[in-house]
Amino acid sequence: MIRRQRLAAGLCALLAVLAAGLAFPAGAVADETTAHTPKVDLVIDVSGSMRTKDIDGTSRMAAAKQAFNEVLDATPEGVQLGIRTLGATYPGDDRKTGCKDTAQLYPVGPLDRTEAKTAVATLTPTGWTPIGPALLKAADDLDGGEGSKRIVLISDGEDTCAPLDPCEVARGIAAKGIGLTIDTLGLVPNTKMRAQLSCIAAATGGTYTSVEHADELTDKVNQLVDRAADPVVTPVATDGGDSCAKAPTLKSGLYTDHEEFGRQRWYRVDVRPGQELRASVSVAADRAMRPDYGLLLRAVTVHGREIVRGEAAGSGRTDMISTGLRYPKADSDDDRAPAETVCLQLTNSFTAASGVKTTPGLPVELTVDVVGGPSQADDVASFGLGRGWWLLGALVLFGFLAGLVWGWLSRWRVAVWRTN
Amino acid sequence: MRITRVLGAALLTLGLAAGPAAADSSPSDSSPPGSTPSPSASDGASAPTSAGTSFRTATEIAQGKTATASASTGDYLYWSFPADVGRRPTVRATVKLPRSHAAQTWQVDVYDGLRRRQACQYGAQTRTVEPGTGSVELACVLRTVRAWSQPWANDPLPGTYYVRLTAVDVRTADLGQPVGARVRVESKDIGGPAAVDGRLAKPLVPGVAARTQAETDGKSEQSAEPAALSGTEPDGGWSSGWWSDRWVWTAIGAALAALAGIGGYALTRGSGRPSRMPSQGS
Repeated sequence: MIRRQRLAAGLCALLAVLAAGLAFPAGAVADETTAHTPKVDLVIDVSGSMRTKDIDGTSRMAAAKQAFNEVLDATPEGVQLGIRTLGATYPGDDRKTGCKDTAQLYPVGPLDRTEAKTAVATLTPTGWTPIGPALLKAADDLDGGEGSKRIVLISDGEDTCAPLDPCEVARGIAAKGIGLTIDTLGLVPNTKMRAQLSCIAAATGGTYTSVEHADELTDKVNQLVDRAADPVVTPVATDGGDSCAKAPTLKSGLYTDHEEFGRQRWYRVDVRPGQELRASVSVAADRAMRPDYGLLLRAVTVHGREIVRGEAAGSGRTDMISTGLRYPKADSDDDRAPAETVCLQLTNSFTAASGVKTTPGLPVELTVDVVGGPSQADDVASFGLGRGWWLLGALVLFGFLAGLVWGWLSRWRVAVWRTN
Repeated sequence: MRITRVLGAALLTLGLAAGPAAADSSPSDSSPPGSTPSPSASDGASAPTSAGTSFRTATEIAQGKTATASASTGDYLYWSFPADVGRRPTVRATVKLPRSHAAQTWQVDVYDGLRRRQACQYGAQTRTVEPGTGSVELACVLRTVRAWSQPWANDPLPGTYYVRLTAVDVRTADLGQPVGARVRVESKDIGGPAAVDGRLAKPLVPGVAARTQAETDGKSEQSAEPAALSGTEPDGGWSSGWWSDRWVWTAIGAALAALAGIGGYALTRGSGRPSRMPSQGS
């Protein structure tokens, strides 16, 4: 029965899809996709240390070049790929000049494989390792468009351009709310470099990988470029208020924001009678934190009464902490009943580890869904159906008793009828 | 009297007919169609070979399929799967560790469609491995998914579930080493015993409102390649919630009650004609 209904529903859906496919010509789709094209910028370290021959017997540079050639061949259609170098041109000892040494080798755009490969072939290990400045420039390269953006940083040494901490640079880039992810790869890394590169990756929700062999490098970069090609929802940047009165009103959707340590963020959502508000929030731990933390999301009325809350607490290494709540608003008989403004209050109890900057705030991801129809009591249990041997026993017992009573009643009635 | 006999016969036939069906479905397993993973679905070519790195990018997996991913120690790996009413999902994860490593602690966490952490009833959710161990196996048996719960409760509800797999305690020197992860979600059908008084208007699938809004706004061309927060759905769609083995139990109960009623009635009558009748008649 259900199977048949589902089959019918499936057929209807199939027809609808076919109809939709006919109704919307392919041209309309193409326009939409250019704005959402994923962009990847490969940032490669061309510092002097890349000459070291310790990856499968060849130099790090040779391994990187080989990997790049294979990645360029395998780049999926529709991904805009660019290449940026750091430390490629200035061989001198002047730190100031060396730390500005980053250049765009191949601009982010539609990929011409031959041209890109020729450009890669010209690289020779030369100068310093200015990771921070290179990341800033790479973020500029990727500016514009609404698609996913990804920087893949390949380096064989830690940043040589202190005091500009590349971790803080990465956090600053993430704070712009342009949905950029930085993935880092360390060639034959030492502990200090691991710590720095994984810190950069953690700041933007990216990944860090150690590379010891050439094929690992190729596989990982390919995987990252492919990941960029997957369609994702781009969140909308919003700016929560300090109090409910100053909070922005949100509709259903995905939002990003920043929340400073020890501060509150407020948002407002309008919920009409008969609708259900669903809100979930994640706060990312994008820097070194003390090991215990928590998150609280409260839905309160404009008068400050708490309706419902979502809480989470955790301990240990984490990328984020998240919680959510739902608030079904009862249906109203009056069709023109006004929407209720629900205030969402967000607080977190993260503490930055000592010596870690507390600005910019922690990245917040907020999902708001206002769906039709609150919870209805209409499943089988509420029809009064039951189950179990006790139910069967009770029914049999009561049926038997009813039969007995009925039998006696009718005997008594016959007897009365006979005597009269 | 004749009517009762006919009725009794009819009920008896009904009871006999319903009996085997009940024996099949009443004890525990009244599989709603489509929700049981078919044996052929295991390890199919379509099982995903990568994992997401956040809730937003979580890789969708179907129940009963083994998803694999190559990753690095320290990565946070995310998958999402749909879980429907009356099912009790079990998440199993295996991580293949590199040859040399220090002691590490791995953990699998499950979150519901509202990104609330869900408790595991049983299973080794967190495990610490000794240096040099080849692999670590984690498991999490969730609570049974209920059709409805109060908004103040944290009960599992039908919708999208997220799995996060990560090393929660790892030395810096071990970060970035290649690991292989395998994740498999299966669920046991609990069925009628888990039925509750109510139902959600829509399953807890994040982004469901935004998606329907985009469709009604006539932006359907955008969803040609839908970048949805979550598009998971059990094969065969979300259950409508009206089927449960409670129908079978109640029907059998009613039939047995009717039979018992007839039995009770017959008992008051004795067998054959009442013995007093002839003497009274003369």
